Amino acid sequence: MAGDLTGWLLALLQTLLFIGSAPLLTGWVKVVKCRLQNRAAPSVLQPYRDLRKLFRKEVVLAANASWIFRSSPYILLGAMVLAAAVVPLIAVHLPTAVIADVIVLVGFFALGRFFLALAGMDIGTAFGGMGSSREMSISSLTEPAMLMAVFTLAMTASTTNLETVVQYILDQGLVLRPSFVFAILAVMMVAVAETGRIPIDNPATHLELTMIHEAMVLEYSGRHLALIEWAAQIKLMIYGVLVANIFFPWGIATQATAATLLVGILAIAAKLALLGIVLAISETLVAKMRLFQVPRFLSIAFLLALLSMLSHVILETGG
Amino acid sequence: MNLQLLSLYEQAILVLAAMVLFTSFALLAQTRIANLIRLFAWQGILLSATTVMVAMVSKQHHLYISGLLTFVLKALMIPWMLNRLAIRLDIHRKVETTANQTVVLLGAAALVVFCYYVALPIAQLSAGITRNVIAISLAVVLLALLLIITRRKAISQVVGFMSMENGLFFAAVVSTYGMPMVVELGVAFDVLVAAILFGVFFFQIRASIDSLDVDRLNRLTEAQEVEE
Repeated sequence: MAGDLTGWLLALLQTLLFIGSAPLLTGWVKVVKCRLQNRAAPSVLQPYRDLRKLFRKEVVLAANASWIFRSSPYILLGAMVLAAAVVPLIAVHLPTAVIADVIVLVGFFALGRFFLALAGMDIGTAFGGMGSSREMSISSLTEPAMLMAVFTLAMTASTTNLETVVQYILDQGLVLRPSFVFAILAVMMVAVAETGRIPIDNPATHLELTMIHEAMVLEYSGRHLALIEWAAQIKLMIYGVLVANIFFPWGIATQATAATLLVGILAIAAKLALLGIVLAISETLVAKMRLFQVPRFLSIAFLLALLSMLSHVILETGG
Repeated sequence: MNLQLLSLYEQAILVLAAMVLFTSFALLAQTRIANLIRLFAWQGILLSATTVMVAMVSKQHHLYISGLLTFVLKALMIPWMLNRLAIRLDIHRKVETTANQTVVLLGAAALVVFCYYVALPIAQLSAGITRNVIAISLAVVLLALLLIITRRKAISQVVGFMSMENGLFFAAVVSTYGMPMVVELGVAFDVLVAAILFGVFFFQIRASIDSLDVDRLNRLTEAQEVEE
């Protein structure tokens, strides 16, 4: 019973760490990007300051805002926190990971996105509706690619449970898998599209015609906006942790001792810092795409996911 | 097959084979002539790397020569010649209009599945660790054929033809550890000669129809009649 309790406690701590450090990752990406572009960088803690500022500000609601508009930020953040609870960050063998598998994780993303798109249309402004329609059309293309990559993982480890997948890859040691090479590329491309980074969407844009995510949340202010921004930061973190811990799980704690947990924290911090640098470099090198090019980009992501599935079947199990 | 029972070199062969397949897909998706040639060069580099890996694992020393020959011819010389031709014909910056990209790519994926199905009985006859790669090499051949079918510019079709030869060479390496050296040398130089001849053809085609779009060859007689 006591062991169970520490497990839950650890899971709770891990989730808190997850959502607490999500703004840090966003700040880190911004700092690296500024350095690469020869600009003076803000502090790594700037996203926390922005969130604090937004939480203090007054909420301005449109006169015709319904309950959907008011509750969406909470639902979105709730979905992201639940999703964060499922992803192994510093340790495996936690009780939360048994509750849900990776398909549920994709479902959490879909739930949050659904409510955000509804909220975008709720006020009835042109931009909100445009943003929602863009977001939904992009997500209809990212989801098959994501699920295909997930299925490849599931077929390799014979399970859809993330924790078991991580454990399976840890047990096998260093094995070069052609399917994982493609799956990691596909997941990264999907992550870029889903989290609204360049070349799909620019998180810093205020140019109305190219906005996707920003267009949906244009009407939000105060703590509602803070919750949405925070949720977006958690989403970026989730994708980062997925790439880092599934494809390179080394360093994650398999026992609940203080030393292994510390190693787990250091390992994931190093991996995420590295991924942040990769993201910043790619955002610096690539220009934002025209909206009509996005389906092409995502069809390549789907193709990579499909190739990873094919190479798994042909090269790794066939014969 | 258990992947973790293979040595790291054998796993690397599989990864490289998958990347060769990926370059075939990339060739299909690429519409810029200059990038098409560059991708073809990359396919040659990956192919020669795979050959050298197979040579290391199977201890067939003549494969080192094949790998070197592949590198020199298909990664350096032929791309260089094609590139020079494209520059002289002033088409290396051109973007080709193709049929629906997504449909072509999905069709290509279906072709890979078909190749896997076809190669399954062949793979069971072979004992080497590379037997699963036979399906991949067959797929490279068929994807190159698809490239030839869907493109209209003569130069893209030549890249498709060369890529097809890559697939055949790949099949020879992975299924029987290469052809006899004489045959291999003969094929390699045939390809080189073909590349040179294609260059002459490009100029002939352009001189007669003022374009490299081979679809216009169909209309040639009518157009002349109108002119007369």
